[in-house]
Amino acid sequence: MRLTQGTFSFLPDLSDAQIGAQIEYCLEQGWAVSIEYTDDPHPRNTYWEMFGMPMFDLRDAAGVMQEVSACRRTFPNHYVKVNAFDATRGVESLRLSFIVARPQEEPGFSLIREEGPGRQMRYTLRS
Amino acid sequence: MSIKRIADRYRAGVLKYAEMGYWDGDYRPKDTDILAVFRITPQEGVDPEEAAAAVAGESSTATWTVVWTDRLTACDRYRAKAYQIEPVPGAVGQYFAYIAYDLDLFEPGSIANLSASIIGNVFGFKPLQALRLEDMRFPAAYVKTFAGPPTGIVVERERLDKFGRPLLGATVKPKLGLSGKNYGRVVYEALQGGLDFTKDDENINSQPFMHWRDRFLHCMEAVNRAQAATGEVKGHYLNVTAATMEDMYERAEFASELGSAIVMIDLVIGYTAIQSMSRWARKRDMILHLHRAGHGTYTRQKTHGVSFRVIAKWMRLAGVDHLHAGTVVGKLEGDPNTVQGFYNVLREPHNAVDLRRGIFFEQDWAGLNGVMPVASGGIHAGQMHQLLTYLGEDCVLQFGGGTIGHPQGIAAGATANRVALEALVLARNEGRDIWNDGPSILAAAARHCTPLRAALDTWGEVTFNYASTDTPDFIPTPTAA
Repeated sequence: MRLTQGTFSFLPDLSDAQIGAQIEYCLEQGWAVSIEYTDDPHPRNTYWEMFGMPMFDLRDAAGVMQEVSACRRTFPNHYVKVNAFDATRGVESLRLSFIVARPQEEPGFSLIREEGPGRQMRYTLRS
Repeated sequence: MSIKRIADRYRAGVLKYAEMGYWDGDYRPKDTDILAVFRITPQEGVDPEEAAAAVAGESSTATWTVVWTDRLTACDRYRAKAYQIEPVPGAVGQYFAYIAYDLDLFEPGSIANLSASIIGNVFGFKPLQALRLEDMRFPAAYVKTFAGPPTGIVVERERLDKFGRPLLGATVKPKLGLSGKNYGRVVYEALQGGLDFTKDDENINSQPFMHWRDRFLHCMEAVNRAQAATGEVKGHYLNVTAATMEDMYERAEFASELGSAIVMIDLVIGYTAIQSMSRWARKRDMILHLHRAGHGTYTRQKTHGVSFRVIAKWMRLAGVDHLHAGTVVGKLEGDPNTVQGFYNVLREPHNAVDLRRGIFFEQDWAGLNGVMPVASGGIHAGQMHQLLTYLGEDCVLQFGGGTIGHPQGIAAGATANRVALEALVLARNEGRDIWNDGPSILAAAARHCTPLRAALDTWGEVTFNYASTDTPDFIPTPTAA
């Protein structure tokens, strides 16, 4: 399966130039970019591992790209995503989040059903 | 006033409303006043100031004759005051009348109470040919008596883990007649194909062909299957609209037990029921979707009724997370500037006066969460660049026919919409001019996506070019393609 979390997962995998352009856009908006990785992409896994702190003071897209590359080298068989955080009052949350690396094989999820009374079903999604 | 003048003022009989104190051209609204602007069309021979005073009177303390019991109260304070009148540009015989209401006239946190005053009796008033409530301003002190949207745009996005693009939805079609099993099929196909949400329509409740419980069970099977297939959080707006609050609570509780992320209600259930459901949703961490069923009966015509921007403000106070607010380009009424005004009212932390978009008052939302506007009705993938330009990122774009009517099937329809959207967001962020280059960006994206190619071939040229009726009064208004 192809995990379709993130803003651009329905497009062909982004090239480094395309990733760089998105980072450039985020920096222009004044957002802080951060990198996260995981081997557990369960949709409720809110906390992927942080690859360092959000780069609040790095305003150079090429520098951010180096970090992206470093993360991909360190975790060649993980999911890696780039996040952009907006500290504006009333937002104080992510404004963009997209996947920039995937494992060679994406295992997907299994759905476990536990039958209850009245045709009710408890669903569990397992990574 | 001298004692003699006060005695004259309260002598039994009939006085003009302006003479009773409901017109005060020198009045300066207080920061704590609730303000309203009405479009009034007085009957022939009725002076506009008297008509404005009558509206102020009938929407606050007045009756048709002098009553001595006024003198038992601080009546000067409780009288609403019409304080400004201006002719409507380009419309003979129509005036904008500004009226100020003291905060103490209203019960805290009650849209029912607010609307019973402001639109209660006054709309049938004989000296007026027609009357329309155009806009309102609420002081921060009043805003703070409402809890507002139970989830809000930011938390909804965090809960869904979806950022940087509008959300995508579709209403299941045909809206009536499918069995639960077939209905769930549409939900599954659309969600696993790429949509974030599917939706019950406003009139799908519990009919002979599909009981509500059966619908909920099938839809949640579809939602969970789609989540497993994609690894994304998905949702189906389960419409819990019903005849009584007891029925609605029962259905909503069941949706909550099944793990649904979102439930839905219709505007026709009434303001009190909406506020009750908002309180319920807040307790259950549930996103609350509101379909504006019925609003066109009183929002569409410019001379009489209530502008949708007022309904939007009331619903933000009442506390819903989603509200249908127009598409600009689709099959339903919607002038671009007017619709943008609705969107701004729903989602901005602060609105400046913006007459071009029909916003008459500055409004500070005092930290109240934003409502996610929903664009639904006659839209398709080929319009994605226009939708993104007009409506921005924080909205739900709903493609019902534009998903389910796809020649290669429902999942393909969903994929086409998602690819079109992601391609345009990518291009916009890269600095491209998506308004002008939209068609070529979509064509390029269609080269790696056959479903998008088919969608563009099927609907690329479909437009709904009709003049809007509900347009701003302050500029000539272009019609969207």
